[in-house]
Amino acid sequence: MRRADLKALRLRALWEGLVGRDGGAGERIVPPTGFTAQLTLFAAAAMAFLAVFALALALATGRLAERWSAELAQSVTVRVSAPSAEQASRTQAAMQILLTTPGVGEPQLLPEDEVARLLAPWFGPDMPVDALPVPALIDLPIASDDFDAEGLRLRLEAEAPGAVLDDHSQWRRPLVSAARGVRLLGAVSLLLIAATAGAMIALAAKAALAANGQVIRVLRLIGARDLTIAAAFVRRFTHRAAIGAAAGTLLGMAAVALLPDASAAGGFLTGLGFRGWGWLLPLLIPVVAAGVGFLATRWAALKMLGAVR
Amino acid sequence: MIELQDAGFGYHEGAELLSNMTLSLQKGMFHFLTGPSGAGKTTLLRLLYADLLPTSGRVIAFGQDLRGLGRDDIAGLRRRVGVVHQDTQFLDHLPVAENVALPLTVSGHAVDMTALRDLLGWVQLGPQARALPPSLSGGERQRAALARAVILSPDLVLADEPTGNLDWDMSMRLMQLLIELNKSGKTVLVATHDLNLIRAAKAQVAARVLRIANGGLQLAGADL
Repeated sequence: MRRADLKALRLRALWEGLVGRDGGAGERIVPPTGFTAQLTLFAAAAMAFLAVFALALALATGRLAERWSAELAQSVTVRVSAPSAEQASRTQAAMQILLTTPGVGEPQLLPEDEVARLLAPWFGPDMPVDALPVPALIDLPIASDDFDAEGLRLRLEAEAPGAVLDDHSQWRRPLVSAARGVRLLGAVSLLLIAATAGAMIALAAKAALAANGQVIRVLRLIGARDLTIAAAFVRRFTHRAAIGAAAGTLLGMAAVALLPDASAAGGFLTGLGFRGWGWLLPLLIPVVAAGVGFLATRWAALKMLGAVR
Repeated sequence: MIELQDAGFGYHEGAELLSNMTLSLQKGMFHFLTGPSGAGKTTLLRLLYADLLPTSGRVIAFGQDLRGLGRDDIAGLRRRVGVVHQDTQFLDHLPVAENVALPLTVSGHAVDMTALRDLLGWVQLGPQARALPPSLSGGERQRAALARAVILSPDLVLADEPTGNLDWDMSMRLMQLLIELNKSGKTVLVATHDLNLIRAAKAQVAARVLRIANGGLQLAGADL
């Protein structure tokens, strides 16, 4: 877009496109065009519907990444594996080390029934867990930034053989990284949706301009500036983009609201949705769509009008 | 007001339809432009309202060379020059009154409904104010075009074969309106091949008659 085009960009025209109706004299100079009107409405509605899901995906994965990151930073686990005869003494030694480790809270030795419950998904409920050489598990909350995981790992190695520090990073970091990747994907999807909507609206605007060549010729001969002619098309397409996107957004929000509740099933996919203030974010989609419609039509109209004397 | 200085124009390179044309349209004058069909009358008029740019020489409008004008400047020029075209074009989806007021609308002026009604009354189109252009007769279309051409009170009114498709009575009615405009101080240039119309009009107004012949512009003979 040329600097002159940007200079002539009027926020008032954008606002009029959002709230105005196709009834003023300015808009009436362009005859109603059924096909391009329907195409713009449909494209804006479909893209807004998709944008709602992309936004929900980005927000859900963002929440997941933050939760996993937070949990990662909140606690570590010490696993003590030893022959049965030495299990208690080595566990005790590890506990002593943990009690004197700076930056941590009070270590909690997981009771046997809790360990059995954790193992049940793998061995089944009937397996006699107490007959297995199950390691002792100590949950260690992290209290401050003074905690030095590497230092503790070395101390355990030296003073409590068989005690291994597990800071959960091996399995959680790739998941957090994946969740962040999906969030980025959601954001890229939103950009692609906006670009596609802009391209479709620009094409529809070009079709409308081409179909109204005679009108444009008459307007020019009576002294209409390119900006005036373009504004008539811009307002109409901005209005249509906003209306279509509003309909698509409401449908998308309704569809998201009907998805199963996260708390009921507990999985990631069922957590795809909006929480609290997050429900307000999709309401920005029609505003963005109007902005995209405004810029796309303005660009297409001025480019096309500039190419014809 | 508008001057042609050795201006020429050709639709094809190397072949000029009009050449070495010199003309000065002064304020308050009435001109006729005549010549056979295809002589270049419409082309000359298009040069005057910057629909075409000269391929040689210069066209100076209101002190500015048309070649140096930007797109917005040309739009501004066309607000000072009212044009009645041979094949008058309207926005067919708008009623006559809105079509006549269109120059005001696109130039950002408010439409004074009383003045608009007076203007439609002047061209005797009051009853057709709400009609759509396709329902108008040839004479009504030309009068609506004249009303649209003068609504911004231009300095110059150009009419390209305005009576081409009209009978004699309707032609004289339209010519009467153009003469009234000239008497109110407007400069008028009418392109027509109808010599009888020119003779009849000259009985009412002091007009200069220009003829295009062999690509050049000359004053018509004593018979006109």
